[in-house]
Amino acid sequence: MEVCNCIEPQWPADELLMKYQYISDFFIAIAYFSIPLELIYFVKKSAVFPYRWVLVQFGAFIVLCGATHLINLWTFTTHSRTVALVMTTAKVLTAVVSCATALMLVHIIPDLLSVKTRELFLKNKAAELDREMGLIRTQEETGRHVRMLTHEIRSTLDRHTILKTTLVELGRTLALEECALWMPTRTGLELQLSYTLRHQHPVEYTVPIQLPVINQVFGTSRAVKISPNSPVARLRPVSGKYMLGEVVAVRVPLLHLSNFQINDWPELSTKRYALMVLMLPSDSARQWHVHELELVEVVADQVAVALSHAAILEESMRARDLLMEQNVALDLARREAETAIRARNDFLAVMNHEMRTPMHAIIALSSLLQETELTPEQRLMVETILKSSNLLATLMNDVLDLSRLEDGSLQLELGTFNLHTLFREVLNLIKPIAVVKKLPITLNLAPDLPEFVVGDEKRLMQIILNIVGNAVKFSKQGSISVTALVTKSDTRAADFFVVPTGSHFYLRVKVKDSGAGINPQDIPKLFTKFAQTQSLATRSSGGSGLGLAISKRFVNLMEGNIWIESDGLGKGCTAIFDVKLGISERSNESKQSGIPKVPAIPRHSNFTGLKVLVMDENGVSRMVTKGLLVHLGCEVTTVSSNEECLRVVSHEHKVVFMDVCMPGVENYQIALCIHEKFTKQRHQRPLLVALSGNTDKSTKEKCMSFGLDGVLLKPVSLDNMRDVLSDLLERRVLYEGM
Amino acid sequence: MDTLIAQLQRQFRDYTISLYHQGFLDDQFTELKKLQDECSPDFVAEVVTLFFEDCEKLISNMARALDQTGNVDFKLVGSSVHQLKGSSSSVGAKRVKGLCITLKECCDTQNYEGCVRCLQQVDIEYKTLKAKLQDLFNLEQQIVQAGGRIPQVDI
Repeated sequence: MEVCNCIEPQWPADELLMKYQYISDFFIAIAYFSIPLELIYFVKKSAVFPYRWVLVQFGAFIVLCGATHLINLWTFTTHSRTVALVMTTAKVLTAVVSCATALMLVHIIPDLLSVKTRELFLKNKAAELDREMGLIRTQEETGRHVRMLTHEIRSTLDRHTILKTTLVELGRTLALEECALWMPTRTGLELQLSYTLRHQHPVEYTVPIQLPVINQVFGTSRAVKISPNSPVARLRPVSGKYMLGEVVAVRVPLLHLSNFQINDWPELSTKRYALMVLMLPSDSARQWHVHELELVEVVADQVAVALSHAAILEESMRARDLLMEQNVALDLARREAETAIRARNDFLAVMNHEMRTPMHAIIALSSLLQETELTPEQRLMVETILKSSNLLATLMNDVLDLSRLEDGSLQLELGTFNLHTLFREVLNLIKPIAVVKKLPITLNLAPDLPEFVVGDEKRLMQIILNIVGNAVKFSKQGSISVTALVTKSDTRAADFFVVPTGSHFYLRVKVKDSGAGINPQDIPKLFTKFAQTQSLATRSSGGSGLGLAISKRFVNLMEGNIWIESDGLGKGCTAIFDVKLGISERSNESKQSGIPKVPAIPRHSNFTGLKVLVMDENGVSRMVTKGLLVHLGCEVTTVSSNEECLRVVSHEHKVVFMDVCMPGVENYQIALCIHEKFTKQRHQRPLLVALSGNTDKSTKEKCMSFGLDGVLLKPVSLDNMRDVLSDLLERRVLYEGM
Repeated sequence: MDTLIAQLQRQFRDYTISLYHQGFLDDQFTELKKLQDECSPDFVAEVVTLFFEDCEKLISNMARALDQTGNVDFKLVGSSVHQLKGSSSSVGAKRVKGLCITLKECCDTQNYEGCVRCLQQVDIEYKTLKAKLQDLFNLEQQIVQAGGRIPQVDI
């Protein structure tokens, strides 16, 4: 028998059992080999698997197990020693790995379990976040609603629209069943249901304002949940089947302009509130959420602001309407006043002429009558007529003068005259009366008083006459002295005798009388119109009381001052006035009477070649004017009509003389036409001078308004024309010194 | 011994002065005289001739207008007298100018009688002035022919 190293199995091979074992081992091996493959495949597929090392171990363990079972296949029959060796190695390895794996798993399995817990935890968290996001979205929605609401409310300035819109929008946003606004009544003691969203209320429904629930709501700026059964919330007939929805009320401050201080928010002490009541739908089991309440509060504030804006606007519109009315009224009044003034001026102008003409006739003829042979009675009558008419004439003149003085239309007529002669004339006029009353008058003229002065001679004489006349009138005895001197500006102290420098000086005239005197208290009243002192003595002297008022105005026009000093009743008084006069150039060197005419030295005496256009309808005047200008050396073109003038005038002509004697404004139109013709070349326009029969103020004004550069009085003398041309060419204007 | 020239000159001077004193002429005439020089030696004569022609024309216009009894165009008369007034004041015919002013007033008040009377006076007046000035010019001519210079008369 050969000895073989084969190992004999322990038990005899049973054919069937062997077969089954054989097959099972085979399958086990396959499974054991395929499991790691699957694991690897799936692990590779998944991105995250933290326990790779464990996987390797496990894989090794399984592979080895599989190997063991595979090798087992060969051990069923007689097998060689090699197979047994391999089998043993495999089993040993398997044992090692499995033990290692078992030990490893002890550590790993708790970890794996905790992963599960964490996963649960995260799932919960995710659910929570979802919930919160839902909430935030809701809030954002709400915010959007608020913005939209605000926009709607603020987009109008009409109070009713604002309130209505508020209710509508709130109703829509919050899905309310009912929304109502209670406004305080005028008395402030009740709240009146003013606006509702859905239900119409036919009757004015009011509740007293002192209800506790209302006080509670007014007491806080937050929205307050109130009972659905409170009077403000009971807006519709209660029917039992409804489970009333929750009700919230909030106050709406009604602000006035006066509430706003500059520094801080309006004081809430004097406040009026309206009440807004919001009802959730009944039977809906909805609750008021915090964010909804906040929305309501915000809206209430916005409404308050919008309402106050509306109120301000209303007020300002009202004020504007009022102002416009006032404007219209003022305009009307102004126009009426202008019409009145115009009417008065017209009246005065007419009266001026109409009244003076007959007056002069009466005076002239009565004087003439006086010269004829009259019986004493007739003479007496004529004298009375003369005196009365003189008085009347003076009165008329005074009144007319005064009214012209009042509206400032009076202008001084300046001229050169002899001051000394003026005083003497005044005295001559007064002397007869003074002699009759046995009042000697003395005149003192200061030695440095200039002789020839420039001023309004007529008016100055009027002033002096008035003052001296008053002195004579109010003195029964004593004497009167008239002093004239030069003084410095308007100081009342008469200590300065300043030599007049420049071309102006101030003349001071003092008239002292020893008559009845004046109570110092009455002095201010003296210069008012129509005022008379009450004493009987003065009453008898008549006079309208206008004299001093007029004198004062003339003195003011002459930039001077007039005042009266008196030491009291019975002690006489002194009237003093200062006026500003100009010094004439030809004055104090030649003190002769009969002023020699010293012609002014012409600056331009050479007009040769000066091109001039003369327009005059009258052939003779035209020829004369032409001759005048030709003599002065000008080159003269003549035309006899407006149309011709327009045709002929060109930039070569330096001056155009136009005759405007014919009444009407047609002549003046030509000036406008010439202006038009030269609008493009302003500097080339010839100077326009009118030749007129008179140079009073209205002619001057007309000329100026039609754009003429000057006006001359016809007929023009040669010297006059020479001066005029020099003036014109130097200054391009001629409206002074006429 | 008085030469002819001196005599004539004296005559001229006296006559001129008398014209001024009698109110036939005024300062404007003097101004006119000033404008006469070598360039325009006959200036005064020309102006005066033109004036008298104007007078004649205007007066006949006015006479014709006033002749339409019952239908007198006072506006026409007014404008004519305005023209005449202008002319006479340009020339220095003092009396004529004064009469024109009166005539204007009558015209403004539509005083027919007054107008007619005034117009007659104007007519007489201008003819008188014309005659007188004619004499004056004749004197001037005589002086010039005699070789003398026309004297300057200061009023």
